[in-house]
This record gives sequence, structure tokens and C-alpha cells, in this order.
Amino acid sequence: MNRRPVFLLTVLGFGFAFFYVPILSMIVYSFNASRLATVWGGFSTKWYMSLWSNTQVIDALILSLKIALVSASIATILGTMAAIALVRMGKFRGRTLFSGLTTAPLIMPEVITGVSSLIFFLLLAQWIGWPSQRGFTTITLAHITFSMVFVTTIVQARLLQFDRTIEEAAMDLGSKPWQVLFDITLPVISPAILSGWLLAFTISLDDVVITSFTTGPGSTTLPLLIWSKVKLGVTPDINALATLMVVTVGLCVVIAGIVMNRAEARRLADERLAFRANG
Amino acid sequence: MADDAFLRIEGVSKTFGSFQAVRDVSLSVSRGEIFALLGGSGCGKTTLLRMLAGFEKPSTGRIYLDGKDMAGVPPWERPVHMMFQSYALFPHMTVEANIAYGLKHEAISKTDRAARVREMLDLVQLTPFAARKPHQISGGQRQRVALARALARQPKLLLLDEPLAALDKKLREHTQFELMSIQERTGVTFIVVTHDQEEAMTLADRIAVMDRGEVRQVGSPTEIYEFPTNRFVASFIGSITSFEAEVRGRTDGLLRLHIPDFGTEVLARDVPSVGEGQKVTLALRPEKIVISKLPAPGTNAVEGVVKDLAYFGKDSLYRITLPSGALVQAHAVNARRGDEGARVADWDDRVWLSFDPASAIVLEA
Repeated sequence: MNRRPVFLLTVLGFGFAFFYVPILSMIVYSFNASRLATVWGGFSTKWYMSLWSNTQVIDALILSLKIALVSASIATILGTMAAIALVRMGKFRGRTLFSGLTTAPLIMPEVITGVSSLIFFLLLAQWIGWPSQRGFTTITLAHITFSMVFVTTIVQARLLQFDRTIEEAAMDLGSKPWQVLFDITLPVISPAILSGWLLAFTISLDDVVITSFTTGPGSTTLPLLIWSKVKLGVTPDINALATLMVVTVGLCVVIAGIVMNRAEARRLADERLAFRANG
Repeated sequence: MADDAFLRIEGVSKTFGSFQAVRDVSLSVSRGEIFALLGGSGCGKTTLLRMLAGFEKPSTGRIYLDGKDMAGVPPWERPVHMMFQSYALFPHMTVEANIAYGLKHEAISKTDRAARVREMLDLVQLTPFAARKPHQISGGQRQRVALARALARQPKLLLLDEPLAALDKKLREHTQFELMSIQERTGVTFIVVTHDQEEAMTLADRIAVMDRGEVRQVGSPTEIYEFPTNRFVASFIGSITSFEAEVRGRTDGLLRLHIPDFGTEVLARDVPSVGEGQKVTLALRPEKIVISKLPAPGTNAVEGVVKDLAYFGKDSLYRITLPSGALVQAHAVNARRGDEGARVADWDDRVWLSFDPASAIVLEA
């Protein structure tokens, strides 16, 4: 009937195929009964079972989650503070430098950040004897430094379009500036802070490069474990592990989307209600 | 006046960079008064209001509230609350929490606080909406929440920035009277900033008309309308037709003016400060001019031709050309019911315009 959609759909199909066929084949082969990753040997869920009893994998997962949780939380606090300073404190001395230093990790090659973190920790260990051993603490610190900038960027954008009169209103009603910050500003921008935290969390969770520079013996995060296992050849249990991660992340995105859509729909319904009950 | 003034503004100016937003403003406001700052956009009325709230510091001058110098007192310590033009309701709090917000700084018991919030909700008739969030109520309701929130701490002075601007016309009229009755019941001194002259005239006990940072006249609505002291105020409030005039002398306590556009002399209410030979402006309000098809008796009359007329129902506005080519606006009430023939005059009719000497406004500037 119509030529144009055919062409467009073909292009779209190729594009999606490029993105998702690798992931799909990974998911399919995670159910492969054969030990050889590229030979189909029938349907099986045994790799998922073996994963569950693999303490190495479970330990790596727990470590990754711990690091992501702590580093995202600290990065969120620091990043929010930096954003408030940048947006609200006017033209203080060194603002441009501060702004540059805050956003530098965004464009710095990860390898550089990783190497410099490693050298820094080594020097520190030499001078003050800490950290005697690299692991959870050093990885977390390194993650904070590079994920903070994402929080700052998101919160800064939100603060720039913040209606300052509601802060003035709170001040006018007797609140000192710090009370206004906790009563009004932070609650209102909390969705931006939350999305900053989520971003910092996911970035920390799947980081390989910086983690590999700042880790030490016995501290293997999940991405590092997968990386080291793949070096010995792709095995079906890696497929199973990766599939679980894809499904988890996918579910999170879908749930977040549903929640946000519902909130939006409720808000619209409320507004319609308000218009009807106009008075 | 100076002694019992509740709010005293003395020589206040405010400069932003090279822009002078407020120039040497001095005003005094009595306790319990509704005082309006009236002017177009950029006249400095909002800046003055923000200085009263403490958001801006005067570049020069002083503000005294209840005898206390307000210099250096931050907004959160001033017994002054503001109702913002955008209402500035806290979006994450319910109506009730919005109203209660200021009360958390008061040293009163929880039950007293709850009672005060209930009282405020009742005052603005929002009790059924207490649990709603600001986005769940209508514009008019939001305006009332903002008012209740500002009144909850029982301020000495309430500042209202364009309180009715965001409401539609019908709601505005209703809210105007509601504001006045709330002011009467609470006895709080109101300072209202507005660009709407009708709003200022109906709400306020006294009005300060502002222009380019300066106060041009202060007075009751009647004084401002009937006895403007300069051309700006005369033309900003209501409409006028103005003519160049020259003072020729005084007769029977009235001023004799020669009006080149009329080609004759007219009599006007005396202004003691003007002298013979001085150039002044004669301003006439459209409703003070009588239109007649018959030659009008007396001196204050001039002949013209109806160039244009606008029919509003209860009255009509006529634009009349004088022989000199000058245009005069005159209002006539349509007192008789009827079709076009019932009108005072029609297009291209020759008419006589006349006015009472007491109604003529003589302006020096």
C-alpha cells in the first residue's frame, strides 16, 4: 500500500537487531544444556541452579551492592551540596574553578581516574600507613569521586528551574535560611535527588575500569568477576548471571515507569477535579 | 500624622546597578488601614513591597514599623507577612500544612496551633479542602490558602502583591469584598500592590500612585480621582481630556482661563498657587461634561461635532471634534430607553459641551 513505512521499518528493524540480538542470544544460551557456549544442547535451567550455589558469585554480588549503596549515598549528599553551592551562592570567589573541578570527572578518561586513584592510595599508604590494603573502602571512595558529578548535574538542573518565591514565602513566615533548605527546598527537589542517587547507584554497580584499579585481593565485585571469568572463555553460567542482571534492571525500569505514569495520571485527575469544584 | 503612623517610610530609595527602581519615597500608613500602591509595571511598587518584607535592602532611607527601625531585621524576624502574586504555596504540603507552616515558629501549644489553623481554614472557608495539596484545588482556593497562611501568625502588617491578578473577572469582584471583610474582622494593616485602578479604588482607604519609582500623589480614592495634583495621576486614574490653558485672572473666587482650543475663556475652581499669565493644563473627566443639542447657557460651553460614539448600554462615550480640531471625550448616561433616536446625540450632530467650574481640574504640571 505504502512504500515509505516499509523502508523505515526495515531500518528500524536492523537498528533494534543490532542492539538486542546479542542480549537475546545471551538469554537464549543461558538456557543451553550444553557446556559449550556456542553449541545448542537442549533446554535446561541448571546454570541458574549452579549460580545460586556459587558462593563466589553471591559474595561478589553482595560486595557490589554494598559499594553501590554506600558510594551512591555519599555521592548524593556531596553532589547535592555542590549543586546548591553552584546555583545558590552567587558569584563567589573561585566559582568557575569549583564548577570545573566538580564536572571534570565527567570528561576525564576512566583509565586516568583509575590510575590516579591507585597512585593516590599507594602514596597515602606509604605516608600515613592507610589504606594498608585496597578493597571495599578504596573502591567506594573512587566511585564517590566519579559518580558525584552526575548527582550535581541533575540537581543543578532542577535547582535552576526552581521557583524561588516559595523559599521567600517560607522565610517570610519565619524560617531561617537553613530551615527553608530542609523544609522546602530539599523536599521539593527530592525527585531529582532520588534520580541522581539511582544514576550513581547503577554507575557504581556496573563499573569495571576504575574498580579494577582500586580493588585489592579478595575484593571482587560482580562486574570484575564476570570480566575475569570471560577471559577464560564464555561459559553458560555467565550467560545466566548476565541474564539475571538484565531482567532485574529491566524490571526496575518498568516498575519506575509505571509508578511515574500513575503519579502523573493521578495529578491530572486531581487537577480536573479541582477545575470542576472551582470556587 | 507622623506620630501615630504605624508604618513610616522615610526617604527610601533603591538602586539596582544603574537603575533606580524607587526614588526618595516617604509614606505613612495608619494602623488598620488598607493602603494601596498603584502604578504600572516597573513603577517600583513591588520593589517597595519587597523592601517592607525585608527581601531587599533600601539603598537609602529608613522604614519604621510600629516605631521600630526595620533596618537589618531579616525577613524571618519581621512581623510582616506577604501574600505573593503567584501565591507561592508549598507544593509538597497539604492546605492545612501550608497554613500551619508559619506557626511552628510560635511558642504555642499543639492544641492552640491546631485551633488557629482551624480558625484560619474557617475564615477562608476551606475546611473541606484541608487535606488537599495545592495542585488539587482551584485558583481561587489557592488564593485563599495564601491569604490564610499569611494571616495565621497574626502579622502586624500584611503585604499583598497583586492579590487578585490571577483570578478571573467574576471571582475577582467577589474576592475583593471578601478581602475587605477579612481585613475588617482581623484588623490587620494591609498594603496592597496593584496595577488595577479599580481594584485600588474599591479596596483601599488610601492610595499612593507611583510612576517611575516616585510617589506622585497620596490620597483617598475620591481625592485621587476628583482632585489629582498632576497630569500623570489625572490621566492614570480614569480618563481625561486635557487642554493647554493660560491664567487670565480671578472672578468671584474662580479662575479665569483662556483655552486656545475653545477660542474663549472658561471658569474653573481656583488653585491658589497659580498666578496670572501662567500656562496651566485644564483637564476634564468625560462624565463631568454635559452634552446638549441646544446652546448651553453660561460661560463654560463650547460647540463641536460628534465624530464618534460608543454605546455601552447604560451609557455612551462620545468623541467630539472642536472647531480647532481638538478631540473631547464625553460620557452620557442613557437615561431614556429607546432605539437610536433616544440618544443625546448622533454621528455628525452639532452639540454644545458644558461643564461646571467646580468640575474643571487645573493642573500646573
